Amino acid sequence: MTSSRPDPAPRLELLHISKRYPGVLANDDVSLLVRPGEIHAVLGENGAGKSTLMKIIYGAVQADQGEILWNGRQVQIGNPAAARQLGIGMVFQHFQLFETLSVVENIALALEGKFDLRALASRVREVSAKYGLPLEPERLVHSLSVGERQRVEIVRCLLQNPQLLILDEPTSVLTPQAVRSLFATLRQLASEGVSILYISHKLHEIQELCERATVMQGGRVTGEADPRQESTASLARMMIGRELPVCSATPYEGERIPVLELRGLSYANDDPFGASLHEIDLIVDRGEVVGIAGISGNGQAELLAALSGEVPSAASCVLIDGQAVGHLHAGERRDRGLAFVPEERLGRGAVPAMSLAQNFTLTAHRQRELRRHGLINLAGARQWAARCIERFDVRCAGPQAAARSLSGGNLQKFIVGREIMQAPKVMIVAQPTWGVDVGAAAFLRQTLLDLARSGVAVLVISEELEELFEICDRIAVLAAGRLSLPVPKEDTDAEKIGLLMAGTQQQAA
Amino acid sequence: MQLIEPRANPSRTMRWLAPPLAILLTLLVAAGIFALLGKPPLQAFYVFFIEPLETSNGWSELLLKASPLILIAQGLALGFRARIYNIGAEGQLLLGAICASGVAIYTDGMEGAWILPAMVLAGAVGGGLWGAIPAWLRTRFQAQETLTTLMLAYVATYLLSWLVSGPWRDPSGTNFPQSILFAEPAMFTPLFEGLRINASVYIAAALVPVFWLFVAKSFMAYQLAVGGEAPAAARYAGFSANRTVWVSLVISGAAAGIAGAAEAAGPVGQLTLSLSPGYGYAAIIVAWVGRLHPLGIVLAGLLMALIYLGGEAAQVSMQLPAAISWLFQGMLLFFLLGADAFVDFRLRQRKEVTA
Repeated sequence: MTSSRPDPAPRLELLHISKRYPGVLANDDVSLLVRPGEIHAVLGENGAGKSTLMKIIYGAVQADQGEILWNGRQVQIGNPAAARQLGIGMVFQHFQLFETLSVVENIALALEGKFDLRALASRVREVSAKYGLPLEPERLVHSLSVGERQRVEIVRCLLQNPQLLILDEPTSVLTPQAVRSLFATLRQLASEGVSILYISHKLHEIQELCERATVMQGGRVTGEADPRQESTASLARMMIGRELPVCSATPYEGERIPVLELRGLSYANDDPFGASLHEIDLIVDRGEVVGIAGISGNGQAELLAALSGEVPSAASCVLIDGQAVGHLHAGERRDRGLAFVPEERLGRGAVPAMSLAQNFTLTAHRQRELRRHGLINLAGARQWAARCIERFDVRCAGPQAAARSLSGGNLQKFIVGREIMQAPKVMIVAQPTWGVDVGAAAFLRQTLLDLARSGVAVLVISEELEELFEICDRIAVLAAGRLSLPVPKEDTDAEKIGLLMAGTQQQAA
Repeated sequence: MQLIEPRANPSRTMRWLAPPLAILLTLLVAAGIFALLGKPPLQAFYVFFIEPLETSNGWSELLLKASPLILIAQGLALGFRARIYNIGAEGQLLLGAICASGVAIYTDGMEGAWILPAMVLAGAVGGGLWGAIPAWLRTRFQAQETLTTLMLAYVATYLLSWLVSGPWRDPSGTNFPQSILFAEPAMFTPLFEGLRINASVYIAAALVPVFWLFVAKSFMAYQLAVGGEAPAAARYAGFSANRTVWVSLVISGAAAGIAGAAEAAGPVGQLTLSLSPGYGYAAIIVAWVGRLHPLGIVLAGLLMALIYLGGEAAQVSMQLPAAISWLFQGMLLFFLLGADAFVDFRLRQRKEVTA
């Protein structure tokens, strides 16, 4: 692919890149060409090798074999600083931020040379306003939501005037309107000659935005295409070797009884940068899936903590089966039939260094024969974990595998499975498919649908609108700590939900 | 830019090899120190590590010193796993000794098989209460137990000093700051004629399996481990963080208190200022060298006891200063923490920028 192209020197050319990790060939003879001003998609599931390839370009990882040509010259990119010097910027999927520093301090750290924090702060405001990425430069990163952290990463790159911008799944935390304005930004950057490498598994976005796509599967390039000329189905076949799985929902036939109720739940946050909750009312019936849309940082974390019992409230604000449980802590609420899958899988939903069997005990110790006379039944936990692994198709080395050794999707399947095996009446799930590959995401969504139809009240909080429209019966929006009235999904659309998310978001900013 | 970076998968083998490696490095540096002091290193090692074990008296002393170290370290390890750092076990040990001695002093002249168990119980209660103070300060005022436990150890030292030079001073004695010699019912009897080793070692021996069972099987220890590894997961599971603090500090305090009672009622036989040669501090090292594992702690406790004995022997037969034992302890901990750092992290190679 090096020969006889009429174009000017490509911005970036990768030739026969291979990278092997112990036990995995992450990149296998990968070649890729990006022209100046081109928006180029790299399409593939989690584990397809996209992230490794991007880290090689960004200098965070060294290839075992292969060449990198930058503007026609062969280069060795030894580290990210070298990449930035060349003019390569990257927005990582897993953010590279210091929690204890402010937004502007984090940005200053990535810039070369001396800096003036105040001047930089005003530039941050400028850039963030220009590209529709509202940011408060003085806020500390630990108080930011996932969505806000991503904005810091994007703004940080844009401040360095890159020639090539790599974006790893950038839209998962944006409203439809914000996605559109991001796309406008990217198109504008492209028209100024900036090349963009856009990593995603969302086919329709790639079809809307990108001129060329390199599709990867299992570390190899499986196709190259103009996504605008391809159908979703043909791209999906290149990406996962089959059609995109879809969820199917049957109507719930049983009696509709409210199981989870919130009545005027308010929470005043001590953290001046945190979100407060204002008079939240919500009813989730048996057999339905209710979705809460909205961008993280608008009270999602606070609402989840109030629901799970990690932060108790007034007794009468939270009801399960008509019983006031607001004053009960997380363990006591589990006794009443509440199950909860948090957004952070490692460190909250599971203990990273502990085995799956031990992690099964984390929430299952209340329900089962896993605790007797103050002793834990490890053999029993192993059996239950093994059953969970089998029933929910968790790919791992077995019940003895440490939680941190699992991929995001498999750990999520394990945690969701563990909670379902507690036979809950109410299941609350935050970001069910964050960073999960297409196959596992479809499986998780179907699992939640089936759970609801078996008579459980399911509440899903997600930033992915498509996901909510796929599985929910009713959708509400949480913005600036206020919850809109849930509407049947037939009566609304992404546009209306997006306006609710954005409208109140401006009030908050 | 960074000099070290975390390893993705710290090796379990290396984690267990770290203590032997630390011991080896300690010996190497010690050899250098002996050489600098003009003592032949091999002879010094012989005096330190072999000679004490050549006599039955040596073995008796070894077990006598290892038991309190092991007992205290078992309790400390529980808290360390939950990241509750009780470094004031010395104070809890002294309170245990004080309470046990109180029983012995006020029952002086009485007969009864209940006196000795009552002393051990009093020791456990005293140590446990001394551990409960930092627990209360932590859960009520968020005062760091690392500081409060250490400060309370000094308070305990002064309390002991006041008691033996004031209300509990032996009235018939020669003004020395020490209590009366305990009567026979308030003493552990020696197991063998002519040796100091006594029945108190059975307490440590019996409690090791209890601790092992507790760590491996109990729901409480599971909660402690979750709280230490991932505090957010403990909250998510509904485990009480305050209970974690209380349990670890009270249990480790009680274990140290029992060790203190056994010292007072065993080899010492009275309450004196020099009751403990720093067992409470040395046990911190024992817990880490033993990898916070109940059986690892037994081995580490025996090693630490040997270092105490070797230090005494080296003083006598090689005219080395008493501080040599402390030096060994310090080096051992230093090298262990260093080795642990390399188990969890690796040096990052600086790559040249050839852009």
